[in-house]
Amino acid sequence: MVDAAPPSPNVARLDAVVAAHGARATELVQILRDAQALDGWLPPATITYLAHRLRLPRARVEGVAGFYAFLHLTPAGRYRVLFSDNVTDRMAGSLDLLDRLCTSLWIERGKVSEDGLVSVDTTSCTGMGDQAPAILVNGRAIPRMTPERVDAVAELIRAQVDLCEWPADLFAVADNVHRRDVLLDAIVAPGDALRAAIARGAREPERAGSARSWREGVPALPQGPAATLEEIKRSNLRGRGGAGFTTGLKWEACRTAPGTTRYVVCNADEGEPGTFKDRVLLARHADLVLEGMTVCAYAIGATQGFVYLRGEYEYLAAPLRATIARRRAANLLGTSILGQRGFDFDVVLHLGAGAYVCGEESALIESLEGKRGVPRNRPPYPVTHGYLQQPTVVNNVETFCAAALIALNGGDWYRGLGTPRSTGTKLLCVSGDCARPGIYEYPFGTTVRQVLADCGAERTQAVQVSGPSGTCIGAAEFGRKLAFEDLPTAGAFMVFDDTRDMFEVARNFAHFFAHESCGFCTPCRVGTTLLRNVMDKIHGMRGSQHDVDRIRRLNRLLQASSHCGLGHTACNPLLDTLKRFRPAYERRLQSLDFEPAFDLDGALARARAMTGRDDASAHLAEVDEDASAVAGRGQP
Amino acid sequence: MTANGAADVFLLDGEPIPFAPGQTVMQAALAAGHYIPHLCFHHDFKPHGSCKVCTVRVDGATTASCTLPAQAGMSVECKADDLEENRRTLVQMLFVEGNHFCPSCEKSGNCLLQAVAYDLGVLDADLDYFFPSRPLDASHPDLLLDFNRCILCELCVRASAEVDGKHVFALSGRGIGKHLIVNAESGRLVDTTVAVTDKAVDVCPVGVIIRKRVGFAVPIGRRRFDARPVSAQALEDAPRRAPPEAAP
Amino acid sequence: MSRSAQREGSPVNDGAPRKLRIATTSLAGCFGCHMSFLDIDEKLFDLLRHVEFDRTPLTDIKHCGPCDIGVVEGGICNAENVHVLREFRRNCKILVAIGACALNGGLPAQRNHVDLGACLQEVYLTEPGLARGCMPNDPELPLPLDKVHPLHEVVKVDYSIPGCPPPAEAIWSFFADVIAGRTPHLGHGLIHYD
Repeated sequence: MVDAAPPSPNVARLDAVVAAHGARATELVQILRDAQALDGWLPPATITYLAHRLRLPRARVEGVAGFYAFLHLTPAGRYRVLFSDNVTDRMAGSLDLLDRLCTSLWIERGKVSEDGLVSVDTTSCTGMGDQAPAILVNGRAIPRMTPERVDAVAELIRAQVDLCEWPADLFAVADNVHRRDVLLDAIVAPGDALRAAIARGAREPERAGSARSWREGVPALPQGPAATLEEIKRSNLRGRGGAGFTTGLKWEACRTAPGTTRYVVCNADEGEPGTFKDRVLLARHADLVLEGMTVCAYAIGATQGFVYLRGEYEYLAAPLRATIARRRAANLLGTSILGQRGFDFDVVLHLGAGAYVCGEESALIESLEGKRGVPRNRPPYPVTHGYLQQPTVVNNVETFCAAALIALNGGDWYRGLGTPRSTGTKLLCVSGDCARPGIYEYPFGTTVRQVLADCGAERTQAVQVSGPSGTCIGAAEFGRKLAFEDLPTAGAFMVFDDTRDMFEVARNFAHFFAHESCGFCTPCRVGTTLLRNVMDKIHGMRGSQHDVDRIRRLNRLLQASSHCGLGHTACNPLLDTLKRFRPAYERRLQSLDFEPAFDLDGALARARAMTGRDDASAHLAEVDEDASAVAGRGQP
Repeated sequence: MTANGAADVFLLDGEPIPFAPGQTVMQAALAAGHYIPHLCFHHDFKPHGSCKVCTVRVDGATTASCTLPAQAGMSVECKADDLEENRRTLVQMLFVEGNHFCPSCEKSGNCLLQAVAYDLGVLDADLDYFFPSRPLDASHPDLLLDFNRCILCELCVRASAEVDGKHVFALSGRGIGKHLIVNAESGRLVDTTVAVTDKAVDVCPVGVIIRKRVGFAVPIGRRRFDARPVSAQALEDAPRRAPPEAAP
Repeated sequence: MSRSAQREGSPVNDGAPRKLRIATTSLAGCFGCHMSFLDIDEKLFDLLRHVEFDRTPLTDIKHCGPCDIGVVEGGICNAENVHVLREFRRNCKILVAIGACALNGGLPAQRNHVDLGACLQEVYLTEPGLARGCMPNDPELPLPLDKVHPLHEVVKVDYSIPGCPPPAEAIWSFFADVIAGRTPHLGHGLIHYD
């Protein structure tokens, strides 16, 4: 079902966009991103034309565009400014700066200026926690916002200066690496790990030397790949994205799954608030990431790879593509890599468009296929039915880096680092209340207290480990160890000193989950919004114990029936803070019994304004004032 | 089949349920005459698993039964107090998310959401209402779209794509802003290729896709769910012991 | 929620049980639920052996005193509705929301997608045919809320009887249960939303 294409002023430019992506429907998210760059939004005629060119139903294209926060189906302004709205941005004063920019530009937050020039709003954490507050302007990251930088941005917008002509120092992103271990210290020349992997197979013929396997129909791999896989398994490397699945088992399952083509996907959709290690790895160690992906391709027999880079890191796309091209030229990608016949593998970069849920591997694959980023029903899992239903390994950026080091130095070497159940090192993204926010690499098993000491945190009352979906711990637990067996982490390490209100921290996270729920399943779609509303009610000093109980009830439902991890973990920050910082909630409660769902007096404001009344009966007290006058309530 | 030639079975609340390879727990249960409450599942379509009303417990883990492949020997718990309580809350969520005013809805009495709520003993919404503002689409001469009643089950999306071959419906937005759209640049149903005879029109379990000029024809007391609860009727509708569809 | 409707205090019931005192009212409703209540017909006599009425449209008592059961029909559309509902909640050990409007706002809540200001403007000021439009502003008039709400969003509600109106049998079933001290239960055929 293809609609007739109406005339569109952008036809030639849209044709170029479509052609650049081979007119493939799987590239839809990329095509929509590029098409939006033409007008700053996606006009209805553009959607219709793209649907026509891609032979897709128009509603499908509109549905995909409507899913992603950075794709606009209504005009959003020539300059679209988004303030990162993680709690650490707020702690650094982001909301005041947002107000300052709105005032300076004479606009209302969330609305496009009348001349269509600019809009200012908030977005989920942009991965600049160590240099907060941060903004995005038309997708380009600008960290370390100050009143002066806000004024500079306002002036550039008013003067309608092209983004590419804005001063470069605005866009400078620091790496802020403060502690290095084996990964960040590694000096690996491009190709070294691959050569080691290939050589390992060749010098251990006894391991893969039996011709039995390929004769019996198992994918006919040369000797090397089995040896590499063996080293990865021996290392006991576990996924760095948070879930901690054993990498070697994942690769092996993919390698042995039936399929025509195998894929390697690097999950660089680093959306967990407070996480920014992948940004630094991709900026400083892109070769190592790609090397790890290629090692994986070698081990499992994959021919195609993708890096799925979150839209917030768009500025990293050009250097990454350059690195890919350089590796291709050096025969580290492409056909017959390093002269190994049959070792063919190449990597394509895909950009996200503002959707945290795409960090979930099956949602990421849907997005790679040009669809709405909705997690799939599992089983089957991506290792057997991933990209285009073919066997696919999806690993985190940091996992691929570790895999490259293991290929180079061996599994036993890696297993000697960290703890027995959490081998190796972990990159932590330290942000919030500390003297030296940034990247810290530690062996697994390091205590929270050690990290706090190293980053210069003082009077710390809480640490949010692994972001909103992780764990919030108080001072009594700072002796706990960062490891899969105690405090698992994907990297985020947000520090809160004793001046911070932990209720507000939890409320910020409740807003985050409501904003990022994909909406596929009922419990998460409605439940995250109900949670957000309850937290706003308590924040407005209109809550009661009844509302606190509701949080617990919603938690039971979301745990039991959500479709994916987003819903399962959406209540974590609330329950953790309720457990450890209960007074932060209690002191906001209006009563222990019941409070109205909405602001009663506020609900009369519109009528007061229309009638000009302000007499006593034109108001409603928030509490039932007559109640206290009645003795022996309810006694007949 | 097991080695001795008997059909494979799993246990549903202790009762043995035979199943064929490729069937999900929901498909096998309905075929064997056991009702599991559901909204987005429809026996004519590939299970989809979004409403979560059919959530059951297997080995301590909860999961939607409509998408769960049946396996020999698995023990499925459906009728537990906590699962029923969760089902009620899910139905209540759908009621507060939209605008469901049954007395003025043509679908009342024939509505699956309403019938499932009755069957679960839902008396009120308990949660706070969202009262969203959702315009109607009355552009089509024979059909009305009332988005206020949409539960986002995607049955019309699936039916239009898979049966009608038209792709008239799709979903856009995300999270609480997720909503039904139609396949037209104008956004209006009249500009699509929809027909009153489409499966997509027929399959809507609630009062979103409404045929004009035929509403309220059946008096109260004689409508579909007035006589018997949905738990009885769903079993009659389900294909009994039919050969399962091939696995995807 | 299982509150006994019997008098608290003395463990020994000396003589005839005290009658349950009941108050009823209709807020933003149409009195249809009250009409359905009257439709329990001859069972009204059974009921009156067990209950007595405080404020209701039948007694014309203006304010609710201490009661065992308060039955409220209709949603909350204005400030006066809030005052009356609070009076009921304050005085009634058991508060019952009856009918679609009390439970989800019902028909009146279908104005919720209309902006209240625009609505008042059109009705009182700009509607064609108005000779000299003016906005009513007498303090005696209750101010409308910007949206119509169900009861449970304003006070804690103990029991719900759905329907538009609920069938008389459902209402009788509810009272029979409460009088007998059973947790009210509505089975198939007695629960409907229309």
